[in-house]
Amino acid sequence: MKSKQSAPDLTFARALDYAPAPETFRVNVRKRYDLFLDGRFVAPKSGKYFASVNPATGRRHALIALAGKADLDAAVKSARRAFETTWGPMAPAERGKYLFRIARIIQEKSRELAVLESSDGGKPIRESRDFDLPLVAAHFFHHAGWADKLEFAFPGRKPTPLGVAAQVIPWNFPLLMAAWKIAPALACGNTVVLKPAETTSLTALHLAEIFQEADLPPGVVNVVTGAGDTGAALVAHPGVDKIAFTGSTEVGKRIAAAVAGTKKRLTLELGGKAANLVFADAPIDEAVEGVISGIYFNQGHVCCAGSRLLVQESIHDEFVARLGRRLRTLRVGDPLDKNTDIGAINSKEQLGRITALIDSGIEEGARLHESSCELPTEGYWCRPCFFTGVTPAHRIAREEIFGPVLSVMSFRTPSEAVAKANDTCYGLSAGIWTDKGSRIFKIASQLKAGVIWANSYNQFDPTSPFGGYKESGFGREGGRQGLTGYVRLTGD
Amino acid sequence: MSVFLKHPVAPVDSVGVEARAAFFTKRSLKNEAKAAALRLAVSMMDLTTLEGADTKGKITQLCRKARQPMEKRYGCPPCAAVCVYPNLVAHAVKELKGSGIPVASVATGFPSGQYPLDLRLADTRHALGEGAEEIDMVISRGAFLEGDFVRVFDEIAAVKEVCGGAHLKVIFETGELQTYDHIRFMGQLAIEAGADFIKTSTGKVAPAATLAVTLVMVETVRDHFLATGRHVGVKPAGGIRTAKEALHYLVMVKETAGDDWLRPDRFRFGASSLLLDVEMQIARMEEGRYQNAEYFAKG
Repeated sequence: MKSKQSAPDLTFARALDYAPAPETFRVNVRKRYDLFLDGRFVAPKSGKYFASVNPATGRRHALIALAGKADLDAAVKSARRAFETTWGPMAPAERGKYLFRIARIIQEKSRELAVLESSDGGKPIRESRDFDLPLVAAHFFHHAGWADKLEFAFPGRKPTPLGVAAQVIPWNFPLLMAAWKIAPALACGNTVVLKPAETTSLTALHLAEIFQEADLPPGVVNVVTGAGDTGAALVAHPGVDKIAFTGSTEVGKRIAAAVAGTKKRLTLELGGKAANLVFADAPIDEAVEGVISGIYFNQGHVCCAGSRLLVQESIHDEFVARLGRRLRTLRVGDPLDKNTDIGAINSKEQLGRITALIDSGIEEGARLHESSCELPTEGYWCRPCFFTGVTPAHRIAREEIFGPVLSVMSFRTPSEAVAKANDTCYGLSAGIWTDKGSRIFKIASQLKAGVIWANSYNQFDPTSPFGGYKESGFGREGGRQGLTGYVRLTGD
Repeated sequence: MSVFLKHPVAPVDSVGVEARAAFFTKRSLKNEAKAAALRLAVSMMDLTTLEGADTKGKITQLCRKARQPMEKRYGCPPCAAVCVYPNLVAHAVKELKGSGIPVASVATGFPSGQYPLDLRLADTRHALGEGAEEIDMVISRGAFLEGDFVRVFDEIAAVKEVCGGAHLKVIFETGELQTYDHIRFMGQLAIEAGADFIKTSTGKVAPAATLAVTLVMVETVRDHFLATGRHVGVKPAGGIRTAKEALHYLVMVKETAGDDWLRPDRFRFGASSLLLDVEMQIARMEEGRYQNAEYFAKG
């Protein structure tokens, strides 16, 4: 809003500039990573490896084994054997002990794992250190407690494990998604074949080392690395009883089609295009912070990102001005610097997708407001930005961008707010910002979204179920509800 | 007071504002940034003693300390002001002569403010007459909590009138107002009534300054500036004892209101024991090791 040139403005120049504050903990990234099969690291039968790139430099920093069909057969066979001979028959309280042990080792190694996560995926160390790792440990602790109490979760029904779970996870929260998948599966007595995303395999493989250290019986968890073909082959494998997938809606639909007509159970956690609804009476500075963290957290690589801002018309201009000022204080750069707010875009391909959607916003007539920050010369980077003048028909209002790009729209009345928020094929999450408690409940009951935050955003806890409506998927992860995806109940 | 003030004004969400305040404590200041910030903190310090036991001798010590907190080789600037009770203003003025450091006097029936307005104004006039260049007044918290905002406003305006060109800091005693909504509203009210600075606490009530309370006050002066172009300062006082905490405040100011508030005429620390810890940190950075606290002259 620069209509009046003389209007007072803030300057965020260089007073008290922060010196570089790099995380000094050095982790040995190995040159080559093998598959984790039956409790051991083994070379892929094909002998093939692919490169893993540090997105902050664009340079290769490790070679990762490419799992082929023979490797998947071995993984599924090992998981089946563990299910039938060790993990399945084990007393539930004993399974819980393993999970507690894993959780404690994760806590002990959390600094190492955080550094690894940030160098492999590009996310700021502040987030991997303060968000990802504490939650990873919390998920194992939480589910460790469930292991011998499952019958209390399902009163009057007897839960039994499903068998071998094939779990395919995304690159945005690599270790956290591994924890969300592995911990409930193991707590319920299943065994696992995990397929991490090809750009972020490292922390899953270091987690496998933790399983070794915890003496987890061989085959209970197997890690097979590779790209989409490996994932598709794993999903199609006849030896699998359950498929859990987190990723894009496009791939989720293909998996649902592949699984149709088989005995396999399926849960999907897919894309989102969440709305943050800001009413005129909202606590405005806190709402600005919520909107900022809602969209720029983890470079916007978040399925529940608040990528649409719906702000009441009477405070639209004021809110946009505040967003613009806040944008100027976001620090973009080295993911391993402790003061970095926004790190590197996960991959070249993702940067291409984000850039194409930003271009479409400009072409379709929306107005781009961009941070003027300097970007590093190497690696993959995107300036955090938002669009005003967006209409519900714009591509940037409909498609999941999965990047630091916010689309701002306005509404006049609560009913219009709800209609616009629900005007999407997705339904994973939403945010409501108002000082009026009664309005929170009224609006929340009308929103078609799995998770709704009130006067906050991106709050997570293992006790709270997470999952979507509509094309954001089905099934829940976390909480008592999350266990249902990994058990067969009497009467089912 | 000409406007009808309705409470509440812009609401503040306590969970959100405390989370935001906690965020600033995660920033990491290293090397040259830290060295500069520590010296800036000293230059923003209102070196304070507000005890019944204060004597001229104590004030003499404090004023020497304010002029030159550390040995010259550390390049540490003088403090922003010395803050004392009215009875000791004249002595402090004498001790600070030629230094350019102003004397701030608490006044208006500090710390409770539970005195008739004419006595509170007389208190202010006396402090100014003794040579105080800055007045730290207290608001009538009782009146505020009764909902008599007009009285609170009028009293501030009356003190401001007595002050003339002297710098007026308005103490809210945030520990007694308690809610962030109250603090936000009180901020707008004090600014409208003519405050040059808004200040958290007397130091006599716990909790005194917190990062979240100060954040709400910095947001208030920032929004007022954006609306009017006029700068008002903020002074957290009481309870800030370590250099690390002081740096958290500076980070908060930098990222909330920007460069224009990172100067002693817009942001102050009201503190007595903070200086020692800041000195020790400055010395540690220069010498490369921690020093014994006994190597530093106490104020």
